[in-house]
Amino acid sequence: MTEILVLVDHLEGAVRKPTYELLAIAKRLGTPSAVFIGGADKADAAVAAVTKFGAEKVYVVDDAEIKGYLVAPKAEALQQIAAQASPGAILISSSAEGKEIAGRLAVKLDSGLITDAVDVQVDGGSPVTTQSVFAGNFTVQAKVTQGTPIITVKPNAAAPEEVAGAGTVENVTVTISDSAKKAQVVASQPRQSSGRPELTEAAIVVSGGRGTGGDFSEVEGLADSLGAAVGASRAAVDSGWVPHTFQIGQTGKTVSPQLYIAAGISGAIQHRAGMQTSKTIIAINKDEEAPIFELVDFGVVGDLKSVLPAASSAITASKG
Amino acid sequence: MNIVVCVKFVPDSTADQAFESDNTVDRVGVPGLLSELDEYAVEQALQLKEKNEAPDSVTVTALSVGPEGAADAIRKALQMGADAGVHVVDDAIAGSDALATSKVLAAAIKKVGDVDVIVCGMASTDGGMSVVPAMLAERLDLPQVTFASVIESQGNQFRIKRDGDIATEVIGAVAPLVLSVTDQTGEARYPSFKGIMAAKKKPLESYSLADLGVDAGEVGLSAAWTAVDSTEARPPRTAGTIVTDEDGSGAKALTEFLASKKFI
Ligand SMILES: Cc1cc2nc3c(=O)[nH]c(=O)nc-3n(C[C@H](O)[C@H](O)[C@H](O)COP(=O)(O)OP(=O)(O)OC[C@H]3O[C@@H](n4cnc5c(N)ncnc54)[C@H](O)[C@@H]3O)c2cc1C
Ligand SMILES: Cc1cc2nc3c(=O)[nH]c(=O)nc-3n(C[C@H](O)[C@H](O)[C@H](O)COP(=O)(O)OP(=O)(O)OC[C@H]3O[C@@H](n4cnc5c(N)ncnc54)[C@H](O)[C@@H]3O)c2cc1C
Repeated sequence: MTEILVLVDHLEGAVRKPTYELLAIAKRLGTPSAVFIGGADKADAAVAAVTKFGAEKVYVVDDAEIKGYLVAPKAEALQQIAAQASPGAILISSSAEGKEIAGRLAVKLDSGLITDAVDVQVDGGSPVTTQSVFAGNFTVQAKVTQGTPIITVKPNAAAPEEVAGAGTVENVTVTISDSAKKAQVVASQPRQSSGRPELTEAAIVVSGGRGTGGDFSEVEGLADSLGAAVGASRAAVDSGWVPHTFQIGQTGKTVSPQLYIAAGISGAIQHRAGMQTSKTIIAINKDEEAPIFELVDFGVVGDLKSVLPAASSAITASKG
Repeated sequence: MNIVVCVKFVPDSTADQAFESDNTVDRVGVPGLLSELDEYAVEQALQLKEKNEAPDSVTVTALSVGPEGAADAIRKALQMGADAGVHVVDDAIAGSDALATSKVLAAAIKKVGDVDVIVCGMASTDGGMSVVPAMLAERLDLPQVTFASVIESQGNQFRIKRDGDIATEVIGAVAPLVLSVTDQTGEARYPSFKGIMAAKKKPLESYSLADLGVDAGEVGLSAAWTAVDSTEARPPRTAGTIVTDEDGSGAKALTEFLASKKFI
C-alpha cells in the first residue's frame, strides 16, 4: 500500500490532537507515515505518541538548524521526504502555518492543493474531500487531479483511532537552502495557557461579545461549568477585553463544535462565517431582533448578566 | 522603492453567493468588489509609501488577476492612493486554482520589475485559502512575512508582529519580500473626492497571458489540478425555540434544553 505522509503538528514535542485525526484519515487512504520536524531530544516522546495512533513509520527531522525560520524550511524538508517516499497523499493540519507549508509544497511538487477539508473519504483509491465554503453556506466535494494530493484538514474532521502502528523510525537528513532561511522569528512571547480546551478542537464553545460590557467572568463561568473553550466577537477583541486568538469569524478562527453558545453577540455576517456550521447553536441576547436568533436551536431573550450565572450554577449543581 | 499590492475582485459576500453549472463561482450574476480584506493591504502599502523618506520615489502598483470587473477593484485602490494599476485579464484564466493564480500573479510581478515589497491580504473573502502569499514567495524565491498585525520598516529591513496561536511573534526579514496583513493593522482609508478625481488620470495597464509569456494551457479550469465534483447549498437551519427570560425562567429553560441534548 502507498504511504500517506502526515506532518506532525506539535508544540515542543507535545503532539496536538489534529495530528491523530490526520493519522486516522491516512489509514483510509494507505499506510500512515508521520513526519516529525523538531528537536532531537523531543523526538522519542513524539514518536511514541504517533505510533500509539497508528503511524507505521515515523520520519524524524532534527530541526536544530532551521528552528526559528518560518514555513519555507519545513516545505523543503517535506519535499525531500516526498521524493524518497513517493506518497499517495500528504496531509497537513489546517493551521495558518500548515496551509502555508502546503502552499509552498504544492508549488515545489507541481501538485494540486485542497485546503480546509472537513472530511476526506476514498473514491477509486484517491482522496475525495469535503469543504465548507462561503461562510458555511455551501459544501463542496473535490479531488486533486495532478501530482501528489496535498490536503490540509480542519480539526474534528475525523475521530482519532488508538490502534498502534509499527512506528519504525527513520532519521532523515535534509538539506535546507539559504533562501529558505530568510524570514526569522526574532522575538517570541508564549501565550499563557488558560487551562481550557483549544478553541478549534473544543466540543463546546461559549463566546462573549460587546454585550458583556467588558466583563467576561460570566462567559468564563458558563464555559467552565460545561468544560468549554471561550471565544469572542471582534467587537470584544477590538475593545481589548480578550486577545485576538479568542476571535471567531472571518478574520478569526472557524469553529464547528457540537455546541456553540453566543452571549451578547449580535450575529454579524463576519461572525457567522466562523461558527455557522456548529451542530447546535444557543444565543443569549437582550434584543429579540438580534440576527443571531435566526441561527439558533435555542435562544433566550434576556440579560446575560443574570442568565449566565444562573445557568452555570444550575449546571454545576446538576453534576452533583 | 517599488511596492505591488495584490487585490482580488470577489463576489460581494453580503449578496447571495452561488456556483455555476460547471461548479465555478458565479462571478457574473453576483455583484463584485475589491475584497474587503485587501483594503487593509492597500492601506499598508500606502502607509509604507507615506512613511518613506522620499515618498515620491515610491510607486505603489495595484495588481489584480480577474475578469473585466476586476478593473473596478484596481480603480478603488487607485482612488485610495495607489499610483498605477495592472490588470491581468484573459478568458483562459477563468476557473484557475491557487497554483495557476499564483503563477499568473508571479509573472505579472516580474513584468512590473524590480519589486521590493509585495503586499497581500490575509485571505480572499471568497476562496479564503490564505495560501497565495506563500505560493508567491515560493515562485519568486522571496522570504515571506505573513499575517502581520503591525509592520515596521527601516530601509529594506522589515519587522512584523503576528498573533499566533502559541505565541505572539516578531518576524524579521530583508526586502525584497512578500508581506500579508490582517485586519488588525488598522482601518483602511476611504477614497477622498480628490483621490477619486486623480484616479482617472492614473495609468491602468491591461495584460493578457501572452503579454506575460504564460502558456494559456497551464491555467484555467481545464488545467486546474483540483477538480470540484459537486457543490451543494447548506440546508437552512430549522427555526429554533426562543424564550424570554422572566425571573430566572430563561436560565431554567436553557439548562433543560442542554440536558435534553445530553450536554449535561
Ligand atoms: C473586514 C471585517 C472582518 C471582520 N471579522 C470579524 C470576525 O472575524 N469576527 C467577528 O465577530 N466580527 C468580525 N467583524 C465585525 C462584525 O462586523 C461585527 O461588528 C462584530 O461581530 C460585532 O460584535 P458583537 O456582536 O459582539 O457586537 P454588537 O454587534 O454591538 O452586538 C452586541 C449585542 O449584545 C447584545 N447585548 C448588549 N448587552 C447585553 C446584555 N447585557 N445581555 C445580553 N445581550 C446584550 C446587544 O443586543 C447586541 O445584539 C469584521 C468586520 C469587518 C469589516
Ligand atoms: C469556495 C472556493 C474554494 C476553493 N478551493 C480551492 C482549493 O481547494 N484549491 C485550489 O487550488 N483552489 C481553490 N479555489 C480557487 C482559489 O480560491 C483561486 O484560485 C484564488 O484565485 C486563489 O486563492 P484564494 O482566493 O483562496 O486566495 P488567498 O490565498 O486566500 O488570498 C490571499 C491574498 O492573495 C492575493 N490574491 C489572491 N488571488 C488574487 C487575484 N486573483 N488577484 C490579485 N491578488 C490575489 C490577495 O492579496 C489576497 O488577499 C477555491 C475557490 C473558491 C471560491
